[in-house]
Amino acid sequence: MAKPSGTRSVKVYLGMLFLLGIAPLLFQWTNQPFLLDLLSRGLIIGIAALSLNLILGYGGMISLGHVAYLGIGAYCVGIPAYYDIYDGWIHLSLAIFTCALFALITGAVSLRTKGVYFIMITMAFSQMIYFIFLSLEEYGADDGLVIYARSEFPIWMNMEGAVSLYYWIFGLLILTLFFIHRLVRSRFGRVIIGSKYNDLRMQSLGFNTYGYRLTCYVISAVICGLAGVLLGNFTSFISPEMMSWTRSGELIFMVIIGGAGSLFGPLFGALSFLFLEEALSLITIYWHLIFGGLLIALVLFGKGGIDAWLSKLDK
Amino acid sequence: MDWNLLISQLVNSIQLGLLLFLLASGLTLIFGIMDFINLSHGSFYMMGAYFCGSIVAATGSFFAGIIVGLVGIFFLGALVEWLIARQLYKENHLDHVLVTFGLILVFDALVHIIWGPSGLSIPLPDFLNGQIQLGSLVFPIYRLVIISGGLAVAGILYLLISRTRLGMLIRAGASNRDMVESLGININRLFLFVFALGAAMAGFAGMLIAPITEATIGMGNDIIIIAFVVVIVGGIGSIKGAFYVALMIGFIDTMSRSYLDDFLELLASTAAAETAAPAISAMLVYVLMAVVLAFKPTGLFPPTAGNR
Amino acid sequence: MKQTMRADSVLSIKSLCKNFGGIKATDDVTLSVSRGGIHAVIGPNGAGKTTLIAQLSGQIRPDSGDIEFDGRSILRSGMAQRARAGLARSFQITSVFLEMTILENAMLAVQGAQGHSYRFWAPVHNDHELADIAMDHLMTVGLHHRSERIVSSISHGEQRQLEVAMALAMQPQMLLLDEPMAGMGKEETFRMIEILSLVGAEKTILMVEHDMDAVFSLADQLSVLVNGRVIATDSVAQIRSNPEVQKSYLGGSCVKD
Repeated sequence: MAKPSGTRSVKVYLGMLFLLGIAPLLFQWTNQPFLLDLLSRGLIIGIAALSLNLILGYGGMISLGHVAYLGIGAYCVGIPAYYDIYDGWIHLSLAIFTCALFALITGAVSLRTKGVYFIMITMAFSQMIYFIFLSLEEYGADDGLVIYARSEFPIWMNMEGAVSLYYWIFGLLILTLFFIHRLVRSRFGRVIIGSKYNDLRMQSLGFNTYGYRLTCYVISAVICGLAGVLLGNFTSFISPEMMSWTRSGELIFMVIIGGAGSLFGPLFGALSFLFLEEALSLITIYWHLIFGGLLIALVLFGKGGIDAWLSKLDK
Repeated sequence: MDWNLLISQLVNSIQLGLLLFLLASGLTLIFGIMDFINLSHGSFYMMGAYFCGSIVAATGSFFAGIIVGLVGIFFLGALVEWLIARQLYKENHLDHVLVTFGLILVFDALVHIIWGPSGLSIPLPDFLNGQIQLGSLVFPIYRLVIISGGLAVAGILYLLISRTRLGMLIRAGASNRDMVESLGININRLFLFVFALGAAMAGFAGMLIAPITEATIGMGNDIIIIAFVVVIVGGIGSIKGAFYVALMIGFIDTMSRSYLDDFLELLASTAAAETAAPAISAMLVYVLMAVVLAFKPTGLFPPTAGNR
Repeated sequence: MKQTMRADSVLSIKSLCKNFGGIKATDDVTLSVSRGGIHAVIGPNGAGKTTLIAQLSGQIRPDSGDIEFDGRSILRSGMAQRARAGLARSFQITSVFLEMTILENAMLAVQGAQGHSYRFWAPVHNDHELADIAMDHLMTVGLHHRSERIVSSISHGEQRQLEVAMALAMQPQMLLLDEPMAGMGKEETFRMIEILSLVGAEKTILMVEHDMDAVFSLADQLSVLVNGRVIATDSVAQIRSNPEVQKSYLGGSCVKD
C-alpha cells in the first residue's frame, strides 16, 4: 500500500515545492525568461504525468494513450479561440466535459479487457483522436492551429503574462497533488490500489471494481485535460503532433523514472525528462539515442525511480 | 461511378491489407507465444526499408536488396531477441512497453546517424516501373508485385505453420505455452526463431513499400498502431485472424477515405460531407475495434486452446 | 448437531454441471447446506472441489443447473454481488494483499461490506468505522496484536488466519472456505480448527478440505465428491461407516493427502 513517505523525503519534496513557488521571482531577478518558460512547460507535463500516475501507478492501468487528453484539453482552447470565444470558463468546462465523456466511452470499452489488450486499446483510441485532428482541415489539420490570445479570466486571476500563467500552472499543480494525496488515502483510493494488486480478490470482497476503475480513469483524464488547457495557453500553437502515441510513451517514461505509485515522483520525473532533453539536445542532436539507452538500462538494471532513491534518505 | 477508380482503389486496399498482414502476423505470434509487447516492431519495418535501400544503392540490384535485406533483418531481430527481449519475457507488460519504446528511440536515432535526417529513396528496376494494361484498366506493375509478394509470404507462412513440425510447435505455443515447455522443446530457440521471423516479415513489408514512399525515420510508428488493431481484432496469437482482419481493415480504411464523402453527400450538404468524411474515415477502424471488443473481448479468431 | 433434513437450507445447489473441454469437472451436483452448520466437501485431488467453490462464488459460470442462496437464485449475480449478498469466500492459494498491513487487509474487507466506496476525500487510516470492526475480527483469529505488520512478513499460517478474518469482516451469512488448512503445519492446523469451530458456532460454513482430522473434528455434515459427482452426503459418523465411501475414497492410503 502507498506507504507514508518518510519525514526526510517529505521535507525534500516540500522544499522543492517551495522553490517552484518562488521560481518566477528568482528568474525575474536573474533575468532568465527562458528558464521560466522551460519550468512552465515542465510543470504542465508534470501535471499530466501525475494524472497518468493515478491510473498507472496506483491503479495498475497501463494506458499508452493518455496524451490524447492533453491534446483534447488544448484543442478545447484552440477551437473556441478559432471562433473568437476566449472566455476561460468556457474553455475549462468544455475541456472537463469533453475529456470526461471521451474517457467514459473509451474507458468503458478498454476496461472490459486486461493486460496487453488494455495497453493496445488505449493506444489505438488515442491514435484515433490524433487522426481525427489530423484530418480536420477546418482546424489546421497537420499544420496546427495558432491561438492568438490566452483564455480570459477575471482580472485578478488572468493568465496574460508569463508569470501569471506560471502561477496558474503552479496552482493547478498544488491542487492536483493535494487531490491525489487525499484520493489515494480515501476509501475509493484503497479500492483502486487493491484492484491493482489483485482484482479478483477485490471482487470477492464485494467490490464491483469495474465501476471504480472506470471512475478513476475518468478523473485522471479530466486532470490531464485541465493540464491540456494550460498547455494550449502556454504554447499558443497546437497541432495533432502533440498527441502522437510516442508522446504517451514519453509520459509513461516520466512516471517510471519518477517512481510509479508515489505522489511526487512523476512530477520530478517529468521535470528531469524535460531538463535532460534540453541539456542533451545542447550537446548532441542524437539525444534520443541516449534517452532510449537510458530507458532500456533503467528497466534492465534499476527499479523504483527517483522516488526510491529519495526514500533511501530515510534509511 | 468511375469503375477504373474503384478497381484501382480495390487494388490499393489489398496492398494495404497485405502490408498490414506482414506486420501483424509477426506481432501476433510474438504476443501469442512469448506474451511480449513489442512496440518497436515498426522499427524492423523501417530498418528493412533502409537495409534494402543501402544494398540497392551499393549493388544496383533490387532483388539483392530484398534478399540480403531480409537476411539482415532476420539477424537484427535475433540480436534484439537475444540481447533484450529474452530478459523480459517473465517481467510485466509495463517493462515490455518501456524497453521497446526505448528501442524505438534508439533505432530512430541510429538511422539518423547512419543515413541522415532526410529519407532514402529506392529506385526500381525499369521492368517493375511500368504499367500494365488489362482491357481499359491500367495498373502500375509494382503494385501487383507488392500484392503477389505479400500473398507469397502469406502462403509460405501458412505452409510453415500448418504443415511443418516447427509450425505445430508455434501453433501449440500460441494457444498453450506450458504445453510446449513440457514437451522438452528448446524453448529459447523457438522464441528466437519466432522473433526473428516476425522481424523479417515486418522488414519485408518495409522493403516493399519503400520504393513508393521512400524510407523515412519513424515510418513504422503510425502503421504499427493499425497493425496492433489488426492483432487485437483478429485475436492475439491467431495468424488466420491477422490475415482476414488485415484485409478487412485495409479495405475499410482505403474505401472510406475515397468514397465516404460521396456517400455522405447523399445525406448532408457537400461542405458538411467534405469536412466530416475524413474525420469519420479516420475513426472507422477504431470504432470497428471498439465494437468487436465490446462483443468479443478476445477478438474475432482467438486461437483455439486445447485446455479450455 | 442438526440431523434433520428439513432444517432450513441457506444454500442449495441443484443439478450443477460444468465441462472443461470434455472433462466433467462438476457432474450433476445437488447439495443443500443447512443454516448454522459446518458442511465439508471432501474428495481426492482433481475431484472438482475448487471448481465447485469457484461456481458458488461466481468466478466461473456453470453450464447448467441452479444455485440458490437464501431462497433466491444467484446464478446471474457476479462475484461482487454474491459477496455483498452475504456469501464470503476464502481462496485455496493465499490471496491476501501482501503489500498491505494486516489491519489494512481486514479494513478493506470491512469496507467491501459497507455500502459503496465512492468516497473520495476522507482518509481511511483514521476511519474508526472501518478500523474498529476490522480489529474485532482480527481478535477472533488472534491477529489483533500484530495488526501493523506488513502481510508479506508474517507466516503462512497467519496469512491463512487473515483470510478467515477477512471473510468474517464481510459480515457474511455464510463462508465458503477453500482448503483453509492448505500448506499448514500441525500447530497451525490446530489453531485453525480452534478458530473455525468458534466461527462455526455463529455462521454457516461450507468448506472444502483435505485434512481429514480437521474435517472430522469440525464438520456436522459431509459430502464426498469424486470425479465431479457427489457420491454421498451424510453426517460424519454415517460417512465414516459408509462402505462405498470407504472403498472409493477413505479406504487405504488416501485418507491423508
